[in-house]
Amino acid sequence: MRETGGGGGTAGNGALVSRAAPDADRAAHIEVRNLTMAYGDFVVMRDLNFKVRHREIFVIMGASGSGKSTLLRYLLGLLEPTIGEIFYDGVNFTQAAPEEREAMLRRFGVLYQSGALWSSMTLAENIGLPLGQFTNLSAAEISEVAALKLALVGLKGFEDYYPSQISGGMQKRAGLARAIALDPAILFFDEPSAGLDPVSSRLLDELILALRDSLGATVVVVSHELPSIFAIADNSVYLDAVTHTIIANGNPHELLAHSTEPRVREFLTRGRPGENSEKANG
Amino acid sequence: MSAGGHANANQQPQLATVRGTRQVDLVRGDGGSVVVRISGDWHLQHGMPTPSSVGAALTSGPLPQHVSVDTRDLKGWDSSLISFLVGLDDICRARKIPFERGSLPAGLTRLIELAETVPENKDAQLKVDQDPFVARLGAAYMRQVDDAVKFVEFIGMVALAFANFVRGRSRYRRSDLLEIIQECGSNALGIVSLISYMVGVILAFMGAVQLEEFGAAIYVASLVGIGMVREMGAMMTAIIMAGRTGAAFAAELGTMKVTQEIDALTTMGISPMEFLVLPRMIALILMMPLLCLYSDFVGILGGATVGVVVLGLSFRTYWHETIHAITMVALAGGLIKSAVYGVLIALAGCYQGFECGNSSLAVGRATTAAVVSSIVMIVVACGLFAVLFNILGI
Repeated sequence: MRETGGGGGTAGNGALVSRAAPDADRAAHIEVRNLTMAYGDFVVMRDLNFKVRHREIFVIMGASGSGKSTLLRYLLGLLEPTIGEIFYDGVNFTQAAPEEREAMLRRFGVLYQSGALWSSMTLAENIGLPLGQFTNLSAAEISEVAALKLALVGLKGFEDYYPSQISGGMQKRAGLARAIALDPAILFFDEPSAGLDPVSSRLLDELILALRDSLGATVVVVSHELPSIFAIADNSVYLDAVTHTIIANGNPHELLAHSTEPRVREFLTRGRPGENSEKANG
Repeated sequence: MSAGGHANANQQPQLATVRGTRQVDLVRGDGGSVVVRISGDWHLQHGMPTPSSVGAALTSGPLPQHVSVDTRDLKGWDSSLISFLVGLDDICRARKIPFERGSLPAGLTRLIELAETVPENKDAQLKVDQDPFVARLGAAYMRQVDDAVKFVEFIGMVALAFANFVRGRSRYRRSDLLEIIQECGSNALGIVSLISYMVGVILAFMGAVQLEEFGAAIYVASLVGIGMVREMGAMMTAIIMAGRTGAAFAAELGTMKVTQEIDALTTMGISPMEFLVLPRMIALILMMPLLCLYSDFVGILGGATVGVVVLGLSFRTYWHETIHAITMVALAGGLIKSAVYGVLIALAGCYQGFECGNSSLAVGRATTAAVVSSIVMIVVACGLFAVLFNILGI
């Protein structure tokens, strides 16, 4: 059983690698330098260093409570680093002036864990809000674009529904439609498959891949769902809750094949590794 | 209570604990070995023996050299038995007595192993506050200082948002503003009418008792008029709006914080200050003076009702006396006060909403804090206004 799973995954991975290969030395789209994440005196993670290349699907992995979503909040500027800096396209995001930072934020699209749709607005208004604020489109054009974005995520005809009137999976897709409203350069996903059934979760993965290919966006995903990680990730980091730092960086398939870190292997094999990780953990 | 069949349950026999059909017997063998014989039906509904009572019985005599468990007569079990056995094991381990579980039902063994093999998570043990009193006092004081600083920061951010608004650069939806204006304006008329009318009536009765004694009942009109216009109109609308709208602001924004809707605004490059706080603040600043004016009027009407019906004054004279008593300055003073109260209510409500934690409990707490702090601020502001107006001679 494990053989077939691994084989299929590797084949998919091969395709991804070949697609990404020609411009492997592209400049980093996102660069994190020496980031330390802390709540007061309590250090969650320290010395985080990694780069995300353009058009890459980058997964932040880690056990529950290791600080994955917290790292995302730092990347989005919702939390300010105690130590360290974050660069987007070589521009220092951490030290950017408020207006500059706002301009950078406008190039982001974020799908929050629960969708975080504005509950007082209909789906069309949710998607139309950023369009109305940051473009010169007329009201009619905005509703047209909003309908298009909803159709892209399979929610055609739900324009006038309020978030509370649709299911959790649909809220997530609507959140994705809002995230891509302004055709962002970077898409962030916080646990996209959380709370979704396996089929919806796979459909969302495919949607992420399709969006990366069509929009040409860089995608950063926080996830601990193995099937999803293996299906979409080009590159990844593993946040280790024991040593409080990154202990693995690379393609998850390669990490599965070559990583010597017992906790990474344990994570990638659902805690059933062939070798000594049990002992290492005890 | 009604003891009945459970009466014998709390007895502490030397070597046995009995409750219902469940039974624990300690059988002392030779060489200091003790067999804990467990029998009967073990169910949580029937309560469970504390391991320590059995532990006490175990160690009451000479310390046993070896403890084992015998479950041959066990009929049924659930987690009460697991808890009991794990507790007993802990007691024996603490006293370094070898403890042998013996042959238990298979499921029972597995569950006990599960309970015992998982190492206690060090991080999971929340640090209990054992700091000395002075340290805790200091920490509480520092928290207060932090809160105060945060509140001042919040006021600063609101001021910046206002500056953007004045320059016509703020991002908010006009439809939101209109909706909030309706919500805290016309939708509040009913309750403002009722309360103001009653306050007018109360003021009139209060004055009438004293003024009638020396035949000056007509001055009830002045009393109610001045009282409503200068103080009570603004005060009562403010308190109503604090409970009604301030609480709603805190709950709305708090929930938006919990569901990450505020984060979604921020990461979209839309300032929550401008998008959420500004329309609420503007709506209250616009509506509070209007509501206050309305409240003044209804309160005077309440007073007039008492004047006409109870004191037998004519409505005409009452009205004239009221108009005569109220000055434009007093009226304006009341309206200015109400606008300031509006700012305070919006500040408290929005601030508590933004500072809300990440749970439904926190939303409730934020709502309470919003109402309490806005009412406190209103009363303090009212006192400051009284002093100020006194100095200005208004």
